[in-house]
Amino acid sequence: MQIYLPIAEVSVNAFLLLGLGGIVGILSGMFGVGGGFLMTPLLFFIGIPPAVAVATEANQIVASSFSGVLAHLKRKTVDLRMGTVLLVGGLVGAALGVVVFNYLRSLGQVDLLVKLCYVVFLGVIGALMFVESLNAIRKSRKPGAKITRRKHNWIHNLPFKMKFRVSGLYISVIPPLLVGVTVGILAAIMGVGGGFIMVPAMIYLLGMPTKVVVGTSLFQIIFVTAFTTMLHATTNYTVDIVLAVLLLVGGVIGAQIGTRIGVKMKAEQLRILLAIMVLVVCFKLGLDLLIEPMELYSIGAGGH
Amino acid sequence: MLRLLSLLLLLAQPAAAREEIVLGLSQDSVAITATFEGSEILVFGAIRRDSQPPPGKLGVIVTVAGPDTPIVVRRKDRRLGIWVNVDDVKIDAAPSFYAVASSAPLGDILRASEDLRNRITLDQAIREVGTNVLDSRSFSRALIRIREENGLYQTLESSVDVSRDTLFETRIAMPANLTEGFYVTRILLTRDGNVVDTYETTIPVKKVGLERWLYNLAHEQAMLYGLMSLAIAIASGWLASAAFSLLRR
Repeated sequence: MQIYLPIAEVSVNAFLLLGLGGIVGILSGMFGVGGGFLMTPLLFFIGIPPAVAVATEANQIVASSFSGVLAHLKRKTVDLRMGTVLLVGGLVGAALGVVVFNYLRSLGQVDLLVKLCYVVFLGVIGALMFVESLNAIRKSRKPGAKITRRKHNWIHNLPFKMKFRVSGLYISVIPPLLVGVTVGILAAIMGVGGGFIMVPAMIYLLGMPTKVVVGTSLFQIIFVTAFTTMLHATTNYTVDIVLAVLLLVGGVIGAQIGTRIGVKMKAEQLRILLAIMVLVVCFKLGLDLLIEPMELYSIGAGGH
Repeated sequence: MLRLLSLLLLLAQPAAAREEIVLGLSQDSVAITATFEGSEILVFGAIRRDSQPPPGKLGVIVTVAGPDTPIVVRRKDRRLGIWVNVDDVKIDAAPSFYAVASSAPLGDILRASEDLRNRITLDQAIREVGTNVLDSRSFSRALIRIREENGLYQTLESSVDVSRDTLFETRIAMPANLTEGFYVTRILLTRDGNVVDTYETTIPVKKVGLERWLYNLAHEQAMLYGLMSLAIAIASGWLASAAFSLLRR
């Protein structure tokens, strides 16, 4: 069934969008990522204008994250305090990100920046996470080997310490704030919630337990992406509500299923799967930049 | 049949000693609804003349042009091993949709000078200036190529049926990815490559119903629209969660 999208001004297959939303929603609930880093390139691929894809994706992430966070709240696996600190940083970052996005759009290099961001961040994070979780799985297989965790590094010597009970941490608020700002900027530029950066940062930089990380990440993603949606809606008029509804119907259902799958899995397994997924997307995008494209020319809106 | 009859009646009336176009359209507007899948417009008409047809080869050309917009065409090149946008050409006005249909190959029924004056072929319909690269032609050719692939630009030679040198008709398919605006429809009559009569009308293409309402809301009440999008997102997230916890019980 074809549906004409009023803002994107293209006609798309409704069932295709429902399906895409569902798959990305499952991943979202499982890993605590918004799924935007998968969805946004997919939307480009089916012909949605990039500006509309980025803005609308932010709105869809609000829905799937909210659905996921409710499931996590019931299990008490959300650190609201940590989430709030991350959120403060995230909002500042999102505001900066929209300014950067609009500037780059006028230069015509927004495509490149978004792709480079994806390749670099996905590559680094995916590789680090893959190696770490592989080691963790090996260790857990060896009976008698004790699991050593570096509890103290430079992060623990910073000022403004705060207690985060749910995560069992007593650390400075500066690292979570910085993580929040970085993720906020990326969220606005890349049309993603930033979960795929946030989750590893919380595990490895802040030392939070994996089970709490997913819910907390989703919690702060809701607010950052809601803020991004509003900024895009009021400055660029690029949020397509019909597209968002089609995506989020699949997304919210998927998120519920994904949360239930996630609970049944071990933390290391969860991490290594996320790492593999991140690396696959990274590889595909990297290839696109390196191989000569079929069509060298592209059409953009003019008139400044 | 009724259409043809009424046209024939019109033809019977006495007219000036020249050839004139009498036109009909299958629809005088295109409404973009939520389930819009493109539209086909039937352009039909007749050539009215009072005496014997003058000598020379007859040609009928139909053009449909969507609203002009300025665009930028960018070209990628390899820099530091990766493919990035390097050159760009600004095109002052390119129609968002353009179809040209003719009764015979355009070269046979249209002189180049007439094409230049009336902006009939695709090359003429695109206005480009302000180039900072040498081969700006390849940019406008790329624009035509890309839009032809999307069905937005069409050159339909020999697709206008002319019967008995008086009645003509053609169908123009408009794709689903149309933009709003007034679509200028022209019918040009040529004799030996010279344009002897033109007829012009516009077909408004408009979003209607929900599409119209959402589009207006997004542009005029952006804040409200944004909040509405968020409310829908939150509500559906909550609904899914509530539905699933009901299912588990």
